[in-house]
Amino acid sequence: MDKNINIKVRVWRQKGPKVKGNFETYELKDISQGSSFLEMMDILNEQLINEGKDPVVFDHDCREGICGMCSLYINGFPHGPDEDVTTCQLHMRKFNDGDTITVEPWRSAGFPIIRDLMVDRTAFDKIIQAGGYVSVNTGGVPDGNAIPIPKYAADEAMDAAACIGCGACVATCKNGSAMLFVSAKVSQLALLPQGKAERAKRAKAMVAKMDELGFGNCTNTGACEQECPKNISISHIARLNREFLKAKFKD
Amino acid sequence: MINKEDETAKVENKTTVTDNKIKLDSKIPKGPLAEKWSSYKAHQKLVNPANKRRLDIIVVGTGLAGASAAASLGELGFNVLNFCIQDSPRRAHSIAAQGGINAAKNYQNDGDSVYRLFYDTIKGGDYRAREANVYRLAEVSNNIIDQCVAQGVPFAREYGGLLDNRSFGGAQVSRTFYARGQTGQQLLLGAYSALSRAINKKQVKLYTRYEMVDLVIIDGRARGIIARNLVTGKLERFAAHAVVIASGGYGNTFFLSTNAMTSNGSAAWQCYKKGAYFANPCMAQIHPTCIPVHGEFQSKLTLMSESLRNDGRIWVPKKIEDARAIREGKLRPTEIKEEDRDYYLERRYPAFGNLVPRDVASRAAKERCDAGYGVGTTGLAVYLDFADAIKRLGKDVVEARYGNLFQMYEKIVDDNPYETPMMIYPAIHYTMGGIWVDYELMTSIPGLFAIGEANFSDHGANRLGASALMQGLADGYFVLPYTIQSYLADQITVPRFSTDSPEFAKAEKDIDARMERLMNIKGKHSVDHFHKKLGHIMWDLVGMGREAEGLKKAIEELKVLKKEFWANVRIPGEKSSLNVELDKALRLADFIEIGELMAHDALDREESCGGHFRLEHQTEEGEALRHDDKFSYVSCWEYQGEDKAPVMYKEPLDYEFIVRQQRNYKS
Repeated sequence: MDKNINIKVRVWRQKGPKVKGNFETYELKDISQGSSFLEMMDILNEQLINEGKDPVVFDHDCREGICGMCSLYINGFPHGPDEDVTTCQLHMRKFNDGDTITVEPWRSAGFPIIRDLMVDRTAFDKIIQAGGYVSVNTGGVPDGNAIPIPKYAADEAMDAAACIGCGACVATCKNGSAMLFVSAKVSQLALLPQGKAERAKRAKAMVAKMDELGFGNCTNTGACEQECPKNISISHIARLNREFLKAKFKD
Repeated sequence: MINKEDETAKVENKTTVTDNKIKLDSKIPKGPLAEKWSSYKAHQKLVNPANKRRLDIIVVGTGLAGASAAASLGELGFNVLNFCIQDSPRRAHSIAAQGGINAAKNYQNDGDSVYRLFYDTIKGGDYRAREANVYRLAEVSNNIIDQCVAQGVPFAREYGGLLDNRSFGGAQVSRTFYARGQTGQQLLLGAYSALSRAINKKQVKLYTRYEMVDLVIIDGRARGIIARNLVTGKLERFAAHAVVIASGGYGNTFFLSTNAMTSNGSAAWQCYKKGAYFANPCMAQIHPTCIPVHGEFQSKLTLMSESLRNDGRIWVPKKIEDARAIREGKLRPTEIKEEDRDYYLERRYPAFGNLVPRDVASRAAKERCDAGYGVGTTGLAVYLDFADAIKRLGKDVVEARYGNLFQMYEKIVDDNPYETPMMIYPAIHYTMGGIWVDYELMTSIPGLFAIGEANFSDHGANRLGASALMQGLADGYFVLPYTIQSYLADQITVPRFSTDSPEFAKAEKDIDARMERLMNIKGKHSVDHFHKKLGHIMWDLVGMGREAEGLKKAIEELKVLKKEFWANVRIPGEKSSLNVELDKALRLADFIEIGELMAHDALDREESCGGHFRLEHQTEEGEALRHDDKFSYVSCWEYQGEDKAPVMYKEPLDYEFIVRQQRNYKS
């Protein structure tokens, strides 16, 4: 049964990208365990505004776990201690009365901090722009049922396509690698007949862009898969490696 | 102008209604319904490739409509500037659409056709949409599926490899294509990938974390926007030959809705204030299956897809004492015997059962809860039960169909829907009303276009499930890229604009002054404090059941709220810097005014139709009662200035091809 709890939140505050940041601790009383983590952050901000202080800046939007905008490292875990959820779906029932909760931004070379807990993830857009698509113009395409796609292939492509681009995989990786993110897109399109024509070019272009933007290499620690809120499997990284090697051998 | 003597005229600060048709040319092509669009395309003006390069188009928004339009226009060769309020186009709220997208493919051989999709959509919209627009929508629906498949959207498939379909409300055929419970995500990522490709090819320039704050008009034509860089807080000027608004709906006027936190009506509202007509503002959709409100601190409501009504059965206890015992926690729903359950949708609407359209399902839930049969601790909830489906299909099949939705529900409510029925309640979800557009999707301001949820055009008084994705992508991929050329063909000799003109300077100065004024209030309460108050007024008085007295009260209360907000809001931080509270304050100032216009429109429309339910106008059985003789029109509101009542023009809806009927989902 949900009850009300008193907590302390230790939040990373940082004015701008180049400014030194620090932790600030705030006390919150009577937080319902039925409220979401971000609702708790709303209550904290309401409290700060009423005290004449600057509210904590954090990214969030859909608040139903699909837009990938929310981030936050909570008590050492991206998207917090619950399994298979984003921060906006995390609820306060995962915490106890008297807890001190530490909240940090994604910390990775690829994601510079903008302010407080808000980071810049445009690098992900740039990787997709490098080749994460099928080159078709609007119009002039065949009928949707013209090419049958085996159900298992469509399903596996969908497993990969479920990626929400939140960046938890990068944030949790000790190498700051974006391999899980990149592999999800490469794998989705390599599995479908529509994506096959450009598969070699795509794998090379996306990996090259990822390297260029300062993301690290993959050493198969598996942390990304563990922390991915959408359960994207590292088997997609294996597929990306195959795609990439095949493409390179052809060169 | 002819003043209409009616209820509206008696309200203080009265609104004026006129029958002036001259100002509203919907530009519907002549000819038989099925030939209008092809005939339009055959005869429209086009822009040749060399000239396209010289024309700039601003697209505000990167959801299904905005991203698909920006990508398609870029591919055609126009120079596109695309603005995104989030940090990436992939975050636009189209991503949260769950259930599916309709198309008239008839892959299931169950009798579907373009005409039937058209008819269902018109009927579902309670005969308050334009025939020609809706027919075109149904016509291009099939192209959308083909386009998305070609992009690599992983739609659900049968074992034979062909596309699978499911059923949705308001239809007797299975025409909904889906990708698990996250169809919106997959379609948006498809459009996002097309947009990303266009960006890579330098056909589109993308601006992320930018919000449009004003529209710039030069010599009566839309020529640019002022946008606020949300990271630096600075205002920036952008010029173009045409401006396309794809900024979504204004459901967040209600504070609690299924919309995302940044979803707002401000871009559309700035267009209204610059002279674009706002059409049918009172038409807001209340979605029947959302997770019920749990407390005062709640920030948003979560939708549970309509597709759940394919297999879930909606019920409340038959005995009022059982409902009471459940609310007090003395009884569990699973302990209620089959004969003591009231499957009220199946009882009232035998032909459509649990798959009645959204407005009908929402009102039926409210009716049961108001009568005292509601469940949950608040009594504002009904059950959506999968026990029968699990018995019939097995848990595995149910999990394969709805697994992600069940997981989402469990994380929020902490209850297992495989074992205990889900609790649901209606919530604001979508706005059918929006900026008025003609057949070419151009607003009443030349050069200003509106697409997707931001316009009013295709859903009438109620939108059917899985039709929002269809309309957004239809507008963006297959309609606007044609119709915008009819306007731009006359613009090829117009050189690129400088943003140094007095019109740009004035627009920037005005918005800067507005921000300055907000910052200087230094009042006592946060933006959210006022937004919650707005939400309560709207939900209580302009919500699911509206009546004249309540609407007049709402108008008065909104005036007071507006005054309080402008006197007592507190915004910390600086004006020209990243300032989330200032972002929110600018949006809320507009939401309050949008609320007022919604109330005016709801007061004018003395009938019930679709999502607009006037308690004074219902049948003996409690169904919506339209008055086609008086209200077969689109209400088009024109801004008259600060604190002046708006003027309303009527665009008559003359149905040439179908006969209006009382909507019947019973037999």
